[in-house]
Amino acid sequence: MIRRLPHVDRVGVEERAAQLGKRSIKSTAKQQGIRLAVSMVDLTTLEGADTAGKVRHLCAKAVCPAPELPEIPSVAAVCVYPSLVAVAHEALRGTGVRTASVATGFPAGQVSLAAKLRDTQDAVAAGADEIDMVISREAFLAGDDVRVQDEIVAVKENCGDAHLKVILETAELGSYDHVRHASMLAMEAGADFIKTSTGKASSGATPGVCLVMLEAIRDYVARTGRIVGFKAAGGVSNSKAALHRLVLVKETLGDEWLTPERIRIGASSLLNDLLMQYAKTETGRYGRAEDFSKE
Amino acid sequence: MTTETRTSIVWDYAPAPESTEHIRLRDRYGLFIDGAFRDPADGRYAASINPATEQPLAEVAWAGAQDVSRAVDSARVAHPKWAALADRERAKYLFRIARLIQERARELAVVETLDGGKPLRESRDVDVPLAAAHFFHYAGWADKLRYGVNAREVAPLGVVGQIVPWNFPLLMAAWKLAPALACGNTAILKPAETTPLTALLLAEICQEAELPPGVVSILPGDGEAGAALVRAPGIDKIAFTGSTSVGRDIQAALAGRPVGLTLELGGKSANIVFEDAALDQAVEGIVNGIFFNQGHVCCAGSRLLIQESVLDDVVAKLWTRMGRLRVGDPLDKNTDVGAINSAQQLQRIEALVAAGVEEGAQRRTIACALPEHGYWFAPTLFTDVSPAHRIAVQEIFGPVVSVLSFRTQAEAIEKANNSRYGLAAGIWTDKGAKAFEVAGALQAGVVWQNTYNHFDPTAAFGGYKESGFGREGGPAGLRPYLRVTR
Repeated sequence: MIRRLPHVDRVGVEERAAQLGKRSIKSTAKQQGIRLAVSMVDLTTLEGADTAGKVRHLCAKAVCPAPELPEIPSVAAVCVYPSLVAVAHEALRGTGVRTASVATGFPAGQVSLAAKLRDTQDAVAAGADEIDMVISREAFLAGDDVRVQDEIVAVKENCGDAHLKVILETAELGSYDHVRHASMLAMEAGADFIKTSTGKASSGATPGVCLVMLEAIRDYVARTGRIVGFKAAGGVSNSKAALHRLVLVKETLGDEWLTPERIRIGASSLLNDLLMQYAKTETGRYGRAEDFSKE
Repeated sequence: MTTETRTSIVWDYAPAPESTEHIRLRDRYGLFIDGAFRDPADGRYAASINPATEQPLAEVAWAGAQDVSRAVDSARVAHPKWAALADRERAKYLFRIARLIQERARELAVVETLDGGKPLRESRDVDVPLAAAHFFHYAGWADKLRYGVNAREVAPLGVVGQIVPWNFPLLMAAWKLAPALACGNTAILKPAETTPLTALLLAEICQEAELPPGVVSILPGDGEAGAALVRAPGIDKIAFTGSTSVGRDIQAALAGRPVGLTLELGGKSANIVFEDAALDQAVEGIVNGIFFNQGHVCCAGSRLLIQESVLDDVVAKLWTRMGRLRVGDPLDKNTDVGAINSAQQLQRIEALVAAGVEEGAQRRTIACALPEHGYWFAPTLFTDVSPAHRIAVQEIFGPVVSVLSFRTQAEAIEKANNSRYGLAAGIWTDKGAKAFEVAGALQAGVVWQNTYNHFDPTAAFGGYKESGFGREGGPAGLRPYLRVTR
């Protein structure tokens, strides 16, 4: 059966996404929204300079982001490179915070399928609860949808019990039509989450990209009944941007999607801005970056 | 504690009402004649009501025949000097009015919402900025008028009477006044009886701009005042926006008199969704086409034509999307659909919706809590509509959309044109050639492609058939206010 995928109109989708950015989120709505956003954060460090020490610090921050604000929940997960999964897994044991690992030749994915699968197996063996894989943009842009899907299926088979997040790297796909198309491919291939970006490209989870992917999820779930989550990553660096993404979720998929089981925000610098904005709603004055530890 | 067992965090938008502290409404407004607010000759005042609460906002004078003739006299006296003013000096007044609208934007938006019931989001983001944009646009034309009419020599008409409706009170006043003044006419504006307040604030702005007395008069009142204005001796042109039945009366009243006329009347505009459209954005366009301003829009996309192959899909998406509309307090910044403008309009909507059900169409209305006081109608969708049903033919002027289907492009065009109206249309397709072909075949003054209810002062707006004649906006909007002399 040839299934027709509707087009995406760039102007229309960006107008709608921008319009939802004008929702007024004040007082209790702001506090609750910030707490919700914190609970959805995948606290991330993906640098060549990452060490076991840094990852342990980050894990402590993930479990208890702000000791002086007890109503702030733990984040959803800590996201690291495969070589540091064991460290994170150990540090997070029994805390409820999950260990996520990028894999499959992150961020470019320009390695053999065998290497991608090995990368995945290593991360899972070291204790990763979640795998963030990248699609082969090379295959996608060359029009080889079959290879894109086969790779996702193969990685999924190697994930065991770990959840699979499929990164589309939307900045490299070239159009919203491609974003929607890649979203559908990933979901059909078994993705548990679809994710916008690696954070290493020129742009990331723009409002337009998020809206297109959320609409793809809505249509896929309506057709198949299988729940697929969404992760916004890249460029969501302050509270306003995070709340805007939550508004997009709320008004595209509905309230039942506002949970860390279904929505994640991948970020490194976002968490402290959320904490600062939350503290401001409590104290009425703006804090300083130094009020909260970096990691 | 694991992520699965965490207590869930409930998130809804807290009420975010715009403050009304900063607005300066007087208790009582007179008629704005000859540069000042004056008592009406027969002393008649009526309260303007907030349709969201049914509470009175201010007492407003209603003009009678005597007041109209007084305003016409002052406009006649003011005209020679105004018309003789250097074009660029006239432009300066318009620029000044535009800037004052911007300066008082917040106040104007709040008053527009209080008086008319439309969501603040719209008065703030659409009505007020566009009103300023119209004054800016025509200010720019004031010293280039001949280039708007093929480099011919032109002269103003004289005194023009302008009657505007209640759906976009300030914006329609701007649409009417800006080109009239730019062309060197003096004007008498009659705002609608239910929504006079922003026009009266515009009168204050005319004072602040030091517009010479008599150049603009503003006469609130009911149909009686409008009828007196139409019949007043000394008027050179009438511009009317409103219902087709009143438009017909005006045309009859002016028959045989040397008075120019432009009419912008009702509509039952077709919004056509082809199977190759970007469907999610089409759904947004449908929502914006019919629920914008509670459907109180003359060009509202109230006849939705959907290609049969995507009919079920689009209706399902539309219904889901409608469920997310936030209906309620118009002053809340997160409200999408506000109050119906008046009790009378609410009755009209209810009567036509009842007729739709009676004639066999399937009605679906979203479940939402409506405020206890005020006039409200929840967004409503009709499917299984036949072209003969009243809800497919008559203008409802409310948040009610009728869905019809078509099979081919030819059928879409035929069905779209099968209306006594011809104001606007929407085309949703990803195919450029098809869009141009269909647009060329539609009898509609405005055709939007892959958007709807998109307004711009540079673009001409007006109707075919019983939707009226004459154009407003852009260079075409100058023509009805000019005489070509050579």
